[in-house]
Amino acid sequence: MDTRRGALAVPKVRRVGFFTSIEPPPESSQRPNRSQSGPVEATTSSSPLSNSPSGNLISPVLIPPSRHHSDNLTTRVAAAAPVPVPGPAAFRRYLAQDRSLLHVGSYNPPDSLLGTSTPSSNGEFSEDSASLFGFQRSDSTKLSASFPNGGFDLTLAVRAPQESETKIATASASEGKKKIAKVSGKSESVTTKPQKEKEQKALKDKTTKAERRAIQEAQRAAKAAAKGEGSRRADESGRANPGKATKKPQPKKERLPVTSSVSEKTAVAVEKEKRMDVPQTLMQYDDRSRVDKAKRRAVVEQTESKNKVELFLHLPQYERGNQLPNLSSNFFTLDSIHHAVYKVGLQHLAGDISGDNARCIAMLQAFQEAIEDYITPPMKDLTMDLTTKINGYVSFLIECRPLSMSMGNAIRFLKNQIRKLPVNLSESEAKISLCSDIGRFIDEKIILADKAIVQHAVTKIRDGEVLLTYGFSCVVEMILLYAHEIGKKFRVVIVDSRPNLEGQKLLRRLVTRGLDCTYTHINAISYIMREATRVFLGASSIFSNGTLYARVGTACIAMVANAFSVPVIVCCEAYKFHERVLLDSICSNELGDPDAVANIPSFRTNAKHSKTINNNKNLQFLNLMYDSTPSEYISMIVSDYGMIPPTSIPVIVREYRREHLLL
Amino acid sequence: MPDVQSTVVEFVNKLRKRKIEGSQATAKCTVELLRSVISHQRVPHANQAAALIDAVKAVGEQLVAANPVELAVGNVVRRVLHIIREEDLSLTTAAMGGLDLLDASDDDDVDNCKGIGYPAMSAAVVAAAARSTLRPPSLQTLLEGTPESATVPYTSSSGADSESKSKSADKSSLTRKLKHDVIEGVNQLIHEIAGCHEQIAEQAIEHIHQNEVILTLGSSRTVLEFMCAAKEKKRSFRVFVAEGAPRYQGHLLAKELVARGLQTTVITDSAVFAMISRVNMVIIGAHAVMANGGVIGPVGVNMAALAAQKHAVPFVVLAGSHKLCPLYPHNPEVLLNELRSPSELLDFGEFSDCLDFGAGSGSIQVVNPTFDYVPPNLVSLFITDTGGHNPSYMYRLIADYYSADDLVM
Repeated sequence: MDTRRGALAVPKVRRVGFFTSIEPPPESSQRPNRSQSGPVEATTSSSPLSNSPSGNLISPVLIPPSRHHSDNLTTRVAAAAPVPVPGPAAFRRYLAQDRSLLHVGSYNPPDSLLGTSTPSSNGEFSEDSASLFGFQRSDSTKLSASFPNGGFDLTLAVRAPQESETKIATASASEGKKKIAKVSGKSESVTTKPQKEKEQKALKDKTTKAERRAIQEAQRAAKAAAKGEGSRRADESGRANPGKATKKPQPKKERLPVTSSVSEKTAVAVEKEKRMDVPQTLMQYDDRSRVDKAKRRAVVEQTESKNKVELFLHLPQYERGNQLPNLSSNFFTLDSIHHAVYKVGLQHLAGDISGDNARCIAMLQAFQEAIEDYITPPMKDLTMDLTTKINGYVSFLIECRPLSMSMGNAIRFLKNQIRKLPVNLSESEAKISLCSDIGRFIDEKIILADKAIVQHAVTKIRDGEVLLTYGFSCVVEMILLYAHEIGKKFRVVIVDSRPNLEGQKLLRRLVTRGLDCTYTHINAISYIMREATRVFLGASSIFSNGTLYARVGTACIAMVANAFSVPVIVCCEAYKFHERVLLDSICSNELGDPDAVANIPSFRTNAKHSKTINNNKNLQFLNLMYDSTPSEYISMIVSDYGMIPPTSIPVIVREYRREHLLL
Repeated sequence: MPDVQSTVVEFVNKLRKRKIEGSQATAKCTVELLRSVISHQRVPHANQAAALIDAVKAVGEQLVAANPVELAVGNVVRRVLHIIREEDLSLTTAAMGGLDLLDASDDDDVDNCKGIGYPAMSAAVVAAAARSTLRPPSLQTLLEGTPESATVPYTSSSGADSESKSKSADKSSLTRKLKHDVIEGVNQLIHEIAGCHEQIAEQAIEHIHQNEVILTLGSSRTVLEFMCAAKEKKRSFRVFVAEGAPRYQGHLLAKELVARGLQTTVITDSAVFAMISRVNMVIIGAHAVMANGGVIGPVGVNMAALAAQKHAVPFVVLAGSHKLCPLYPHNPEVLLNELRSPSELLDFGEFSDCLDFGAGSGSIQVVNPTFDYVPPNLVSLFITDTGGHNPSYMYRLIADYYSADDLVM
């Protein structure tokens, strides 16, 4: 464990963002990914320094290769025989001692195993997910990553005519180059007999699948053409069919050097496979190549909106409305995503769950369920495999809707817990412990924290006050209701804003409980602010420079309150604090559905946009979801740690993180 | 003049029911109405200026009372009054010049009369009189203190009793001339109001540079013309328009801008603060400009102005001269505001299920103001049809347009 930490020190510092699992394999496998965009990094990744730890760390993954119960199980056992393969728990102990041994002694057999087992799994997969283009793609990249390891030179001639192969080749086109860079200069290894056999076997059972796949491709191409929308995708899938002839030269060229260095290659491949699942929150959507790659992996089929706002090209801008039916129709066909997670993803996508706390709790509960149903595949390590699984879930959720900062924190907590599972725990014990950890997180960090916040904040409400709040924050609602319950006399001003009009929900809840409310839109804030004596705001996250990241409009409220010398009290659970820093609302944000802005209530018919206007290239609608409030507008933050000024956030974050690790 | 009276009543009703919106439209209607009032006003032989002023004032009071927050009405009425006074003054001075030459013998008489009527006539009074007529106080008038200058207040502000006595003979020729001149002046005013867009738009090129990002709020024709003028001069820039819920004026403006080929992005009102850091300039059209340089604009403007100040973004206000209001605001957010129907925010009956109107139940108030007040310290620049001005200069500009006598109607 310690050595792992050491290996990771550098990348950890570099990736401050939230999903960084502190776990080494994804971390080190991060590198090849980056190297793709820039040649500079490619050299660093192939440098001995980075190579040795990655090799070390990866070798354990290679040994228990079969996540997929494939037909070649027996051969695998035979092949893996020389490698000491203990149970998952004992396995980790082995790592330190046997690393060198594994590295040297168990090169080829596991390699070849991987090579065969993954394709077969891919075949299984493509059967199921008929219309899910993105997913197949994701698998095919995985496949390609693991495929070309074992003696391509030998099988090349045989395989070339086969469809599946070409497809793989196209998918791996971008990746191949980097692999070459990595691999070059490594010792060549001779392909062994079992390898060859396995290749052929794999090919055999692939032919049928390949046929199926060809049919799917054709259907998809037809569909795409009919839609006439994704021009890029359409021609991509179109190419896949005739790809047999046209695409061959390119992969061949790339594959030639691959013949050397089998083992290193597999290591890289597996790394890649793992890395694919590491969610990249800070993905910049103006980076074409990465977006395309991400798209190929994506489960959720997204159409990029045609009329993007230029300032926000780095954020995902998708057309709304078409993903949901697509996804829900695939509910029973996606076996890689646990159904509970899938459900939460759909709810996020549809907006059925909104609000940071609700989303976070839903996600954690889904993970809880998924962990309960989780069975460590034979020959795999629970820590590694579960983390991979969670990563996959997380990236699925991100595709549904970008995660909030607090969810990132929760995921990090979960991964931490997984990593720190005592090695001697059995699988069921580990699962129980994880589930209870998650439950504890929900209870302590969210539910009890809210109660603590309510207790603190109520002391700031006096009789006769006028409390102004913005939008809908469940903590603020709890505070107001509790203060009303304990008999405080006050009035509430609810400021709302388009397009979500969440304030109406709060208004309804407060009025039914008998509170006196004033309702207005955010434009009237300077009119209404003179009446207010306190402003209570909810938060999505608070960054360590004191910046408040919350529902868009919060900054306006805080600013006007500041101008009118009204104290601004922010209510935020400590688990939402984040060690990132943020200066503006542009760099990191989420874009909502632009149509929500374009659609205005019917009584204003003269202001309505006709369809032709809507499609005008010059007219865009921007639906920002969050904004950042500078810390000087915030008088006080009420958290479960008490009432603190915004300058104390970094301190809390540091302390909290320490506690987080101890938890 | 029953027909004039009926048009006045009709217009008053329109104002009351808020059928006419927008300061420019209102100003135009008002000035046209006043013109017809003036032209139909039967002018007495003597003291015709006073008669015209009284007639215009009477109508003006009705109009202002009909929609007190539409300050353009009052502005235009004052402008017309000012025109009448000016024309009267110029005619009188011309006549006085003639009198001085012709009736030199009468001079003593006039002097005596003045000595009796205005015993405390002094340089200060002369200066004040000069200011009241809004002639720039020239060195000559200040120094001379002669009967000639003294006649100025004498004739213009306090009726013309002695004048009518002494000069009734000459009046007949002037009678028609005054009314004619006034109508001429009012026509000029109409022209000015109609053309203020072009005047302002001409200056656009000086203020908008290439690749500028402009934020605007509300729907103002002046702003539209201003941006289009820059666009016609081949400047390429992009415009963020805040949608202006609940009236969605921003959508209207965006539609027009797009129709003219400008790069337009509609943002929600709540995103103003988020976007302002990437905006080079905020341009808004004013509803009214107060004498202290404060601005009354569409609701939400103060928020944008505060955000602009925070990010040091220039906050530019476009205002035609008919929007200059000679009043100093006191609590303008409340006193010069108008609360519109709650149904724009909440549908009627939407929340009736949670209100049982019994004791101890909650209540809902809905606040839906129309205007917002921006204090002068948040405004960087005013662009009027006479050029760009600082907020602190506004009072002087207003003094050019209005007569001090009319400030309180």
